[in-house]
Amino acid sequence: MAEAALLRWRNDPEQTAPAVPLADYQPGGIAVRLAPDDDARLLIPHLGSLRRIDLEFPKFRDGRGYSSAAILREAGFAHEIRAVGDVQVDQLAFLRRAGIDAVAPNRPIDLGVAERTLARFAHVYMPAADRRQPVWAKRG
Amino acid sequence: MYRYDEYDQAIVDARVAEFRDQVARRLNNEISEDAFKPLRLMNGLYLQLHAYMLRVAIPYGTLDSRQMRMLAYIARRYDRGYGHFTTRQNIQYNWIKLAEAPDLLAELATVEMHAFQTSGNCIRNISSDQFAAAAADEIADPRPYAELLRQWSTLHPEFSFLPRKFKIAVTGSNIDRAAIQLHDIGLQLVRGETGEIGLKVLVGGGMGRTPMLAPVIREYLPVADFLSYMQAVLRVYNRHGRRDNIYKARIKILVNDLGAEEFARQVEEEWALVKPLGLDPPASELARIAAHFQPPALAADAPVDIDLSDPAFAKWVAVNTHPHKVPGHAIVTISLKAPGEIPGDASAAQMDLIADLAERYAQDEIRVTHAQNLVLPHVRRADLFALWQALAGAGLATANLDHASDIIACPGLDYCTLANARSIPIAQKLAVMLAPQESDLGELKIKVSGCINGCGHHHAGHIGILGVDRRGDENYQLLLGGSGAEDASLAKILGAGFDENGIVAAVATVVDVYKTLRTGPEERFLDTYRRVGPAPFKEAVYG
Repeated sequence: MAEAALLRWRNDPEQTAPAVPLADYQPGGIAVRLAPDDDARLLIPHLGSLRRIDLEFPKFRDGRGYSSAAILREAGFAHEIRAVGDVQVDQLAFLRRAGIDAVAPNRPIDLGVAERTLARFAHVYMPAADRRQPVWAKRG
Repeated sequence: MYRYDEYDQAIVDARVAEFRDQVARRLNNEISEDAFKPLRLMNGLYLQLHAYMLRVAIPYGTLDSRQMRMLAYIARRYDRGYGHFTTRQNIQYNWIKLAEAPDLLAELATVEMHAFQTSGNCIRNISSDQFAAAAADEIADPRPYAELLRQWSTLHPEFSFLPRKFKIAVTGSNIDRAAIQLHDIGLQLVRGETGEIGLKVLVGGGMGRTPMLAPVIREYLPVADFLSYMQAVLRVYNRHGRRDNIYKARIKILVNDLGAEEFARQVEEEWALVKPLGLDPPASELARIAAHFQPPALAADAPVDIDLSDPAFAKWVAVNTHPHKVPGHAIVTISLKAPGEIPGDASAAQMDLIADLAERYAQDEIRVTHAQNLVLPHVRRADLFALWQALAGAGLATANLDHASDIIACPGLDYCTLANARSIPIAQKLAVMLAPQESDLGELKIKVSGCINGCGHHHAGHIGILGVDRRGDENYQLLLGGSGAEDASLAKILGAGFDENGIVAAVATVVDVYKTLRTGPEERFLDTYRRVGPAPFKEAVYG
């Protein structure tokens, strides 16, 4: 069974610069890391220089990172948003919909299960950062 | 009633397949119980004292006979022949095997039912007024709005890992049968200055360890902005709700800490940002949903006068029926509270019978109430006698709605891992004791919880009882003066707790005090208590 320590749904080259904590971030820096209680909106003035934003998930039950990702996508950030930490395969569909496009889990994720999970729901009820068409739009 | 289209059905079917996959991985030990727990909870599966418990969603408490027959079948096939209707208008089964749960969900999906988000730290089943579309006092049927919310909140990517569970109730009437002040979000349909329907938004109510009544944070929300505003409320909560202490994680704590005004300001600020994102469906979607809830074609010239010469029937009509908006019809409540039985339980045979009766007499509709009873919302008065006879034959004609033996009780220590004390035997003893005099007592709502989490709504009881653990023994606190209706209030503890026999005797004393103090038979227990305060009750109970 194939397992991965980094799953990435982007075509551009991986940005490998270390992500600094928000407190240490200097304007112009290209990678930053947000803890769950960091305010993602503080990054909005810097989205032009950032190339990767890591969101920490210390526990999978802590869902603040989903809002952080959504806020960053709503503000127009198009580069990588990576979920880091206690990320499990059954969360992937939610993470992807919230605008996260790379995952660095603590424990490797089974790629077969990941693929199944992400293909599971052909329809979604509400718009989100992934811009999938909600069913109310399909009903037209 | 709402019927699934291909999209709704595909989503429910995919959910069944997903859960089957998750259960298989758990049974193979590919995932730990710790990782599996939130997955099964989001499908309503709890591990209780003796077995798995499955909670099936009944969106806004509305069912048809086909669905009720499926619930009966599931009770026989997967449980021990009965089910328990809950205070969130759902049904739960207490004896489920994990390996069979995916098959059970697949069977439910064949009748457009599911267990989405009936537990877990996510948006739970949307509850509503059990008299929707039948009560004369409503301005509009709240269920289309509840269905819109159900769809919006199902598998929401941003709000599936909230600080804590999240409960929303919607009503279309000033007479509050949905306890909107005691929900995380309470919504009331109101008319704006131009007569357009909009929503009054209350946020931050709840029971449990820190009971609070929800303040209004917006007097009027246009329907066109409904879901983007909900997005803003939930986002403020998801980001700023406490996660360090499970007992302080509900939105009521955040609203209370910030103050309702500041909370409302933050919501408005967030709303301004999300409103342009296209989160709100077009008006055609609400219209599509609302078309499913067209009121049944009832004959307005149906006879009003009926033969009430049988006193037992006359009593049942007086107590368990309400006026319908269409003359010649009635709203019937079927009590699941026969004194001595388990509140909210129904056998498979009873469920089948109610399905048959709904089809025959009630336009094929059934509702579940948050007081754990069932409702047939559209019955011709001329059919009431035949209906009553059929119900009586199955032990379902108890005439006690909102009376002393119509007690709400959580499953308590007989089933629940969280409970500190048993609730069911207390409810049974009180019901048997008070039933003989309940006609004289009038409206009296008794609510029993087996722990501080308050699933039995003890804080909303005219008389509330809370089971606690006192040095290893079950101990019961007595609370008086609560209400979950439009005159909502929180019940207050009267004094020191009691053992099982002591609490029953204390309730008897409280009832006797009421009878001596009331101004007349029309003054309810709650009104007497509000008028005289706790002192005379305290004096009589504690001396």
